Amino acid sequence: MSLELPVLKERRAERKNAPPPTEDVREKVFEIEAQGDWIVHRVPDDHVEVFTKYGRVKKIPRQNLWHHKSCGQCGHIPGYSTAIFWLMRKLGLAYEDPTDQTSCTAWNYYASATSNAAAQAGVAMRNFGAAYEAGNYPLIHCGTSYGHYKEVREELIHDPELRKQVKGIMEKLGKPFVMPEEIVHYSEWVYAMRRELANLKVLDFSDITATVHPACHYHKLVVEDAIYDRDIYDGQRTAVVTAVVEALGANIGEYSTWYDCCGFGFRHILVERDFTRSFAIERKIEVMKKEANPDVVLTHDTGCVTTLDQSQFAGRAHDRDVGIPVLSDAQFAALAMGAHPYKVCQLHWHNTDNKPLLEKMGIDHESKWAEFEEELRMIEAGEKEFLTWEDADG
Amino acid sequence: MTLAPNTYTDIPYEEKAKLIEEVMADHRYGEHLYGCYECGICVAACPSARFYDFSPRKIAQAAARQDVELMYEQMNDDVWNCSQCFSCTRCPRGNNPGGIITVLREVAVRNGLASARDALEGYGRVVYKIMSTGTQVSPDMLQPNAFPDWGPHVKAISDNVETWRKALPPETLHTTSTAWNVDEKTIIELYLIWQATGVMDMIGEVDEGLHMILEDVMEDVLDEAGYET
Ligand code: SF4
Ligand code: SF4
Repeated sequence: MSLELPVLKERRAERKNAPPPTEDVREKVFEIEAQGDWIVHRVPDDHVEVFTKYGRVKKIPRQNLWHHKSCGQCGHIPGYSTAIFWLMRKLGLAYEDPTDQTSCTAWNYYASATSNAAAQAGVAMRNFGAAYEAGNYPLIHCGTSYGHYKEVREELIHDPELRKQVKGIMEKLGKPFVMPEEIVHYSEWVYAMRRELANLKVLDFSDITATVHPACHYHKLVVEDAIYDRDIYDGQRTAVVTAVVEALGANIGEYSTWYDCCGFGFRHILVERDFTRSFAIERKIEVMKKEANPDVVLTHDTGCVTTLDQSQFAGRAHDRDVGIPVLSDAQFAALAMGAHPYKVCQLHWHNTDNKPLLEKMGIDHESKWAEFEEELRMIEAGEKEFLTWEDADG
Repeated sequence: MTLAPNTYTDIPYEEKAKLIEEVMADHRYGEHLYGCYECGICVAACPSARFYDFSPRKIAQAAARQDVELMYEQMNDDVWNCSQCFSCTRCPRGNNPGGIITVLREVAVRNGLASARDALEGYGRVVYKIMSTGTQVSPDMLQPNAFPDWGPHVKAISDNVETWRKALPPETLHTTSTAWNVDEKTIIELYLIWQATGVMDMIGEVDEGLHMILEDVMEDVLDEAGYET
């Protein structure tokens, strides 16, 4: 039985002039530059200003982005990365997809602990240095890399010895020692660009309901740096993903366990997956089904898409109440803007049946799959080496 | 007085205290712990507490009490249950039990505790991948025998992986053994970072075989590039 509680609609929590409870590390980032310890990679003039948790302004660059890709996205759900690139191409914005980028290696930090502060900071600063050398601004695709790099930034700021050690390593590599002015996640870019993206939508999503899973390493690590928006959840929950869904004209389904993680667990997804799938099914998918019955789950991180999607197969075998397709915000926006579900969004790499969703979106998945199969046939017959961007939009 | 159950009695107190001092000396530790109200908010938010005999409140309490015996027990029996999601940062005291666990794990690995070796068994392939190729997750990891609970869809991917990877518009993604194409110079730079930061010693503590293979791979590449190894 649900309890009807009176809600004071006009109530709005105001921060007024209360100072943010945390320091603004960006001030320290510039102080360290003034000391001559590192170079600050400034956000280019072409940027959008957004608000973070305690009302500070964060600058999100629009273009000339250096894509710090995610290994989990590129490796196992490549339509995720492809959709991010496709959105930029659709808007005509310049970007770089570098080969001098490594993973953040945070897996060795959060999963196996077989790393240390200097190695983690070394990997981060090598990537930042490479972006700076290329003259493009780093855009971090993975939520864990994003959260982890912010932790690394705090460690480097507060530990001069570590800074000295890592600076020495960069000198040995011949890389500049560079800290970006802002550490930016791709979903922040999607949020900042949501109106421009929505202007290009070709499908009507007004019948589509999405539940949003906010990624732990996006909003629980260095919390003050995540984007919040007074118009989304009254500024009480991160606004990324949700604001994009609304801008695209789709509906948000509410569910009570939104704060829970997905169950990924780092080491658990590899070696104790019974925990991962139990948590994903019992605390996320079944709750969403019961409370919101959505058409799709949307999230903005690698492990969350993988866990929430793949875990449902075992749930089906046990007659659990599962069966909601899982996509990223970027794939969802791309579909709304007419992207090919297989050539661009690569939905065949996802597990849970997404055909009912595509039908509701007005996408003829049978003919789209046939088009994609023809591309596969040509590749296998040696008639073409790869599927190109031109093919993807053809 | 300790709240630890009567475990690890064969390990001398001094040995345990040495490890716990190592934990407390970590520069992150002080930022993760400010005392504990024992309110249990972290437990309510914690995914691992729902499925394991595990509690971030106990982690914070043991640390706040500097209970060497209990912390040592947790370092062996609890820390690997944590999901590292940091939901426990909801703590009204400003604690970060997940962060304390990160430090406890690192000390366990650095000192080659048997429990850490056990917890990381089956991990070698993953650690090898990230350290030797620069990307953690690769398409060829999707094998049906590794993910039987993900259903026949994994087999469909592994059967078609070569063609499906070529059917990706971004040119950097036409790879199967790495997530994207990482250039040679970047791999060398990564190896130099491993060498300069003592990470290889940590690997050696938990997996000698892996350590040996990685050293060989790195030595070949660095030698060829003209670096002294
Ligand atoms: S980080 Fe670990 S202790 Fe904290 S909530 Fe997540 S699983 Fe629990
Ligand atoms: S939430 Fe914080 S204060 Fe409360 S029990 Fe957990 S660690 Fe202690």
